[in-house]
Amino acid sequence: MKKFTTKQISVTGITLLVLLLFPLVITQTYIIHVMILVFMFGMLGVAWNIMGGYAGMFSFGQAAFFGIGAYTSSFLVVTFHVNPWIGLIAGGVVAAVMAAAIGYPCSNLRGHYFAIATIAFGEIVRIFFNNWKLVNAAEGITLPMVNESFTNFMFHSSKLPYYYIILSFLLIALVICYFVAHSKMGYYFRAIKESHDVARALGVNVVWYRLIAIMISAFLSAMAGTFYAQYILYIDPESVMLLAISIQLVLISMLGGAGTVMGPVIGAAILIPIAEFTRIWLGHKGTGVDMLIYGFLITLISVYQPQGIWGLFANIGKKKNG
Amino acid sequence: MPEQLLQQIVNGLMIGFMYSLVAIGLTLIWGVMNIVNFAHGDFLMIGMFTSFWLFTIFGLDPLFSIPICFLLLFILGIAIYRFIVSKVMKGPMLAQLVVTFGISIFLSNLAVYFWTPDFRLISTTFLQGTWDVGGINISVPKAIASIGSVITSICLFLFMKKTKTGKAILATEMNRESALLMGINTERINSLSFGIGAALVGVAGAFLSTYYYIYPQVGGLFGTIAFAVVALGGFGSIEGAFIAGILVGLAQTLGGFYFDPSYKYAIVFMIYLITIWIRPQGLLGW
Repeated sequence: MKKFTTKQISVTGITLLVLLLFPLVITQTYIIHVMILVFMFGMLGVAWNIMGGYAGMFSFGQAAFFGIGAYTSSFLVVTFHVNPWIGLIAGGVVAAVMAAAIGYPCSNLRGHYFAIATIAFGEIVRIFFNNWKLVNAAEGITLPMVNESFTNFMFHSSKLPYYYIILSFLLIALVICYFVAHSKMGYYFRAIKESHDVARALGVNVVWYRLIAIMISAFLSAMAGTFYAQYILYIDPESVMLLAISIQLVLISMLGGAGTVMGPVIGAAILIPIAEFTRIWLGHKGTGVDMLIYGFLITLISVYQPQGIWGLFANIGKKKNG
Repeated sequence: MPEQLLQQIVNGLMIGFMYSLVAIGLTLIWGVMNIVNFAHGDFLMIGMFTSFWLFTIFGLDPLFSIPICFLLLFILGIAIYRFIVSKVMKGPMLAQLVVTFGISIFLSNLAVYFWTPDFRLISTTFLQGTWDVGGINISVPKAIASIGSVITSICLFLFMKKTKTGKAILATEMNRESALLMGINTERINSLSFGIGAALVGVAGAFLSTYYYIYPQVGGLFGTIAFAVVALGGFGSIEGAFIAGILVGLAQTLGGFYFDPSYKYAIVFMIYLITIWIRPQGLLGW
């Protein structure tokens, strides 16, 4: 593992400091809300990136893991009064087990085949939850109001605690991603992404490492799901398990730069505010203009900047140094 | 009970033929250029709206708007290929997967912008009512659409096997480099296949508009099912997609009949997952 340069350390430190102080300076609730969404989708993007960007398994069913996380903790809270922090871990475990159960039979699928299989998986899960009486089917789950405290994972008077919680979640995801990317496992992932056969010939256990990638990714996505449930306090299959969410995660990662640690965060920081603000300015008339722009943007990015924006930055940085 | 079952089988067959027609265009595009066209369902939607407006404004029966839908979607398909899809063909695979999602969102919301998200229905066409065959009700528009689907599929099959252009498409599908060496202009074949794929789903749209609700998001459901159909039949296999479409239609109605109608699409995706688990290349793929 390489040592960090002083420049890297100072840039990271300053960015962190700015993010920590940001909500104390800019106090508009709506801006804070958008920042929370940026961090949450950034985290989901990082999770997607571990299996998609590094191990080459393009998942279009990530919302299923997000939803399973949200549902597990909420169900435990409502039915058994289990603390949501325990629900957070439980949701991650359930999602990881589900991921392994679906990932194992799909372990030989590549490229488009894998992508379509994940769409099918995501749709099955959504339809299932839409009809499952135990979790209120299509009605969804409303989380009961309790006293605000860190232990209860619930805050009414301010969004600030949510801001710091999701920021630390994002940092955890980034640290995990960084260590995965720079460990032996990360090299195995990339070898598998380039070619199953070559990786296998070099002695990499392809099935095993693909499963690990999927499970890490599912666990982190489920964590974000629990956060979403505790933040919005209401979930239903149509809000946490939609195909559109899965697609948005792919876009975020691609726009920022798939297969780079920071890429998805950059992608979320660009795409989420655009999506939110166009929705506010143009979406209220129900004319679809906001989505029209969104679709146009996706097409534009795929054609002109498919390597992601992070690559652009890195190139500029290299040129300056060289 | 057997009559009810027979009725379900007939219904399943009729919806299955429709899935086949939607899927053969998708499988053609997929097989030739290895691009997953997520905008396929939205091409279907455009076909349906074309037929709807021709009917509403000019009183043209959907059956007569079939050639117009074919032509319009053919041109649209070629334009989308030329100006967008061809540009990502050499890019990373992720961009190839995502670009058609962008087109899909764009097209469906363009329809919302122009025509609102309302549901519409073509009410009075030549094709109305039901036939009663031995106690089984067969809806006339659905029956005609099924026959149309079979005829269109046969036409495509003959085109691929008998004409020079069709053989060139098949050759490109099998091996792009060799086809190029044999003097086939593969770039032209790409845009032609994209155009034909879109045109076929335009025809499906015209047929579907005779009995199904017409609204901007209609493509979502049919598009997603079409992927399962194509993958089940084997990527790029027209015969495979045709058979798989019928199987999916049957599975959906019989699954809904025996278990619970709200799970019918989950059953379809389940069958798909099990199939690719056992046979990753699909039923008739290689």
